[in-house]
Amino acid sequence: MSEIEQYLAPENLASALEVMAAGAVTLVAGGTDLTPQINEGRRSYAPTLINIRHIEGLSGISAPDGHIRIGCLTTVSEIRQSDLLTTAAPILCEAANHFASEQIRNAATIGGNICNASPAGDMIIPLLVLGARVELASWKDGGVVVRQVALKDFFTGPGRTVRRDDELLTAVIFARPAENFIGYFRKSGPRPALEISTVSLGIGGNLTDGRFSDVRVAFGAVGPTPMRGKNTEAALEGKILTPDVIQAAVVAARKDVTPIDDIRATEWYRNHLVAVFTEELLQNVCQN
Amino acid sequence: MSVKTELTFTLNGRPVTLEVPVEMTALALLRDGLDLKGTKYACGEGECGACTIEVDGVTVNSCLMMAVDLQGREVMTIEGLQTNNALHPMQQSFVDHGAVQCGFCMPGMIMQANYLVKKNPDLTREEMTRGLEGNVCRCTGYSKVLDAVAAVVGAKQEA
Repeated sequence: MSEIEQYLAPENLASALEVMAAGAVTLVAGGTDLTPQINEGRRSYAPTLINIRHIEGLSGISAPDGHIRIGCLTTVSEIRQSDLLTTAAPILCEAANHFASEQIRNAATIGGNICNASPAGDMIIPLLVLGARVELASWKDGGVVVRQVALKDFFTGPGRTVRRDDELLTAVIFARPAENFIGYFRKSGPRPALEISTVSLGIGGNLTDGRFSDVRVAFGAVGPTPMRGKNTEAALEGKILTPDVIQAAVVAARKDVTPIDDIRATEWYRNHLVAVFTEELLQNVCQN
Repeated sequence: MSVKTELTFTLNGRPVTLEVPVEMTALALLRDGLDLKGTKYACGEGECGACTIEVDGVTVNSCLMMAVDLQGREVMTIEGLQTNNALHPMQQSFVDHGAVQCGFCMPGMIMQANYLVKKNPDLTREEMTRGLEGNVCRCTGYSKVLDAVAAVVGAKQEA
């Protein structure tokens, strides 16, 4: 195991980014993913450990002009209990409600869940359904530079993202869903708590007189990254959710996913769950 | 030689300042650095809840938390629950209801139960079950645990 040579707990973003620009760092906040990965030898520390907990302005949920902004240090419990999100984006609270255990929800941050980039990351699925973007900050020419990346383009493989080593994911942002937005999240595991999802699924869109539009579908744990379901979205866009349309969406969903056999489930079972959940969530939408 | 840093926090109501190796977990600091053995090490990966402590009023798995992350925070362990050598009402209720079998999961279970009742004095049995999902008992005596928590909730409602 490599040794930590330096520990820092900066209080402002600029000083954290300056250090990140200078050399390899390990970032820690809640520690719920980092600690087991270090203990199991799946990861080692960089020479500099930065505790980002004390950086000002990275915590909390706000609603700037028609958007919702969630700071990277916001915990899953804070999302679960947020009045703003319960009203504006309940699909996020629903996913938070099924996330790990209360103790882990109290520590785990949204930024950590996104950057850990697990194909099964539970908070990522509703954020994909909400069309979220992430904000990445870095240090360039003596100042803070910020870029935004659509979450659907953020993941490149299991544990891998387009975030550069010198960038800090500071927030996740999405347009406040329309009044007629309906979104549902579903995950499956052998027990309700503390399960890494076998399959997770989110479906959302605007429902007007039975017609479903601006549809976004996202799948977890059925491919190398959490992903949008383009075929399923196309099968649903602008349609009235008749039994035929729902069946077509189920067929499309099976085309979107590329699950594998692993310790948690077989490819066959994951495909089966994708079909069952797609139908179930669309039935939920119909009941509105 | 690992790098150390100075750490100051409040532990069971008292200020603590000490040097810690930066890669140490909060659990290792409590048990090995501060000799508070009530908080248990079991799975070491956040699956079992035996290491549950309260930090700034919410429960966390101390095995997943880095000790350095305790800086400036208020920490309560199972040792901080009892006062004047008397058991805390939650501890007493666990004893009264025979909820304790081998006992290893109990400090974490009691910390989590106490937190749930503090947060929601009208806790239902279903909410207790959900709230204790992160605490595993391998003697599998869950119904008596729920009876014990329900009795504390009931006593608070009557008071």
